[in-house]
Amino acid sequence: MQIESLLQVFASGLLMGLLYALIAVGLSLIFGLMNVVNFAHGEFLMVAMYAVYSLWVVTLLDPVLLAPVATAFLFGVGAFAYMGVVRFAMRAKSNVSMVQIFATFGLAIFIQGVAQYFFTPDYRSITDTWLGGKTISIGGLFLPAPQLIGGLISIVLFIGLYLLMSRTDFGKALEATREDQGAVALVGINRNKVFALGWGLGAALVGAAGAVLAIFYYIYPQVGGPFALIAYVVVALGGFGSIFGALAAGIIVGLVEAFTAVLIPPSMKTIAVYSLYLAVVFIRPNGLFGRL
Amino acid sequence: MAGTFILEARGVTRQFGGLVANKNITMHVRQGEILALIGPNGAGKSTLFNLIAGAFPPSSGKLLFEGKAVADLSATQRCRLGIARTFQVPRSFDSMNVIENVMVGSFVRHTGTQAARRAAWRTLEYVGLADRAEAPTTELTPPEKRRLEMARALATEPKLLLLDEVMAGLTPSEAQKGIQLVRSIRDRGITVVMVEHVMEIVMPLVDRAVVLHFGEVLAEGHPKDVVRDDKVITAYLGERHRAA
Amino acid sequence: MNETMTMAAASAAPTQRAAGARRAQLPILALVCAVTALLPLVMQDVYLQNVLILTLMYAALSQSWNILAGYCGQISLGHALYFGVGAYAASFLFAGYGITPWLGLLVGAVLSAGLALVLGYVCFGLKGHYFAIATMVIAEIGLLLVHNSELFGAALGIHWPLGADSWSSMQFARTKLPYIYLALALFVLTWLATYAIEGSRWGFWWRAIKDDPEAAESLGVEVFRSKMAAAAVSAFFTAAGGAFYAAYVAYVDPESVMSFRFSLLFALPAVLGGIGTLWGPAVGALILIPITELTRSYVGGSGSGLDLIIYGGLIMIVALVKPEGLLSLVRPGGAKA
Repeated sequence: MQIESLLQVFASGLLMGLLYALIAVGLSLIFGLMNVVNFAHGEFLMVAMYAVYSLWVVTLLDPVLLAPVATAFLFGVGAFAYMGVVRFAMRAKSNVSMVQIFATFGLAIFIQGVAQYFFTPDYRSITDTWLGGKTISIGGLFLPAPQLIGGLISIVLFIGLYLLMSRTDFGKALEATREDQGAVALVGINRNKVFALGWGLGAALVGAAGAVLAIFYYIYPQVGGPFALIAYVVVALGGFGSIFGALAAGIIVGLVEAFTAVLIPPSMKTIAVYSLYLAVVFIRPNGLFGRL
Repeated sequence: MAGTFILEARGVTRQFGGLVANKNITMHVRQGEILALIGPNGAGKSTLFNLIAGAFPPSSGKLLFEGKAVADLSATQRCRLGIARTFQVPRSFDSMNVIENVMVGSFVRHTGTQAARRAAWRTLEYVGLADRAEAPTTELTPPEKRRLEMARALATEPKLLLLDEVMAGLTPSEAQKGIQLVRSIRDRGITVVMVEHVMEIVMPLVDRAVVLHFGEVLAEGHPKDVVRDDKVITAYLGERHRAA
Repeated sequence: MNETMTMAAASAAPTQRAAGARRAQLPILALVCAVTALLPLVMQDVYLQNVLILTLMYAALSQSWNILAGYCGQISLGHALYFGVGAYAASFLFAGYGITPWLGLLVGAVLSAGLALVLGYVCFGLKGHYFAIATMVIAEIGLLLVHNSELFGAALGIHWPLGADSWSSMQFARTKLPYIYLALALFVLTWLATYAIEGSRWGFWWRAIKDDPEAAESLGVEVFRSKMAAAAVSAFFTAAGGAFYAAYVAYVDPESVMSFRFSLLFALPAVLGGIGTLWGPAVGALILIPITELTRSYVGGSGSGLDLIIYGGLIMIVALVKPEGLLSLVRPGGAKA
């Protein structure tokens, strides 16, 4: 294999990895905040894709312009999911982890049903967009425009997330809440408010990823599943709750997937990702960058 | 000589990260005695207690139970050999009722369910919880939960019973019943090691006390002698000064 | 003398009471069997008979999942793997070598139990969410491997050859009655196994591990071995269910027996009815499966999604409002069988 095609594989793996990281970081954030794994995370992604799709059908504006709207919408969806469902799941006195898992699974199935009700199970796609189907040539590499823009958006959002967590009062409140839930009540931070905002933020991040994905991927009610599984792998690989870990693990997963797709049949490429996950968890049970 | 020691610690050290919680501890427990582990907060009592129970292994040093090295054995294996413990904060199995909780312990010695249930019932009668046998654990009062902890541990038919602050938070009359229970356990031939804060309980009850301070053995002996020890007084006074 | 007598009498009393309360479950099972066996005589609609078969099957499968997750507290999200092993073992042996599905069922169940031991050996070191996600990922790897394996028909799967109706081939084209009895037998066997283990040392150890593994260890519970036993028993019955399902639909392919959907379908009835209880999975299946099937047919015909909305909503409501499951409404105070 030539250097150029190697670079080509590397570049597309990197771009997909950045998108995976963006899909996963919201999940990681929520886990770090309150020790809850959101099994409806893939459905958040799906909702974002449908949000872009329906806005596009109505306004015929380009998805790139609609992405911020979808992201904001998902912020609301996330906050609502916390206030309407997860808040109650956290009050369980017995079977706590069981309740959390199945409450969010129920939510996932419910959202799928709603999507199917309004959009039917048909596969949809957005056509004639600025970016769709176009490639950009950089130094001899041909990069699909949607993925390239997606990668850039991911980098920008990660930087923004870092600044948010380290420089703002909201970030400090999040950090304080995840470090000591008891102390938070004492300093007068409203836990429910912080959690709701945290869920909103987590959903908004996956919403941004969904908006990008909507440009070049089919949209159907079950589209979230495979991406959610990748997101769990990314988060577990990077360590639950670690934002930097999600970024690094997302890129690793993207690269592993891209390179194994060259070596083995494409349908097997996810096996490599899953095996990598298992190998890492068995050797480092808290992920590559997990705290503890 | 070794035969009279049911438990020996030889140069036992335990570190957590950079923190040395127990440093080169050498002590022994005599067959059939009641021994108290005392000391100011953070002296390493809980760590030593957990090391003996097998919650985690020592970083270095030897632990001998009836002359047999047990430092590498799991809590399960030590329980089979005859070491049982209670937890400072009662940890009942809340999906089971009281007698079922105790049966978990008695299954160590009885394979059959009927036999285990009979043994558990006898244990409940012994600690005075028989009338609550079918109650859900969530309905127990705090003193009853303590008794359940003791019953569960006793149901494993231990030779050495480790009690972690079983008297904490009890009213004087409840504590008095607790003291009688511990005495009666000892009279059955079970050796008792207890971590205890309340000196009023330790003084009349125990045969010997081991005082820990900053993770090391500061003094050991009869409780009356130990409390007169200058080093011990300084250690406790020092703590009071800090606390004030 | 007198004293020993009273002691013996006193200690015998609670023993008998407890055993009596447990044994009272057996007539309930007999009643369920009788009703189920007679039901097809009045309910001759083939569609409804299909719903009955699926309800019994999911009651059994959910009970199998319940053994590991509900009793022992190890939340598996990958039981579709064991279901697939059973379904594929029976199909492969019957379609390829003409070996009776009865033997195929046994082979699948034993293989599955063995696989559960191997996977348990590596996975039981993982805690909480890491364990749940590892089971999910492993099942997904299994699905992909089968999907890419020519030996097992890859994506096309294995079709059972057509033949005359017979018990030895477990094939009945003309009537669903035999499948009703097979599904009932599957349910009864799974239930009885759970019943027997629940009252034994393993059952107590499992619940202790679920409630507090550290306290369990301090009381001499063999934590690792108990988890392994639960995994093996659970996988055994799940695979048996898989073999039955393959015989019933006379066809397997990777998506139709190993997709993640199944892992959820096995868990949800138990969650709905009450995890870690004898009747929870059956009660949950009795509610969930007819609702799913009926809404799918009548309101969700063209995939309107209403069935999913009802299904998901139900799970959410139970998880949030009654986390102990619906069964706790009947027997308040958390009393168990």
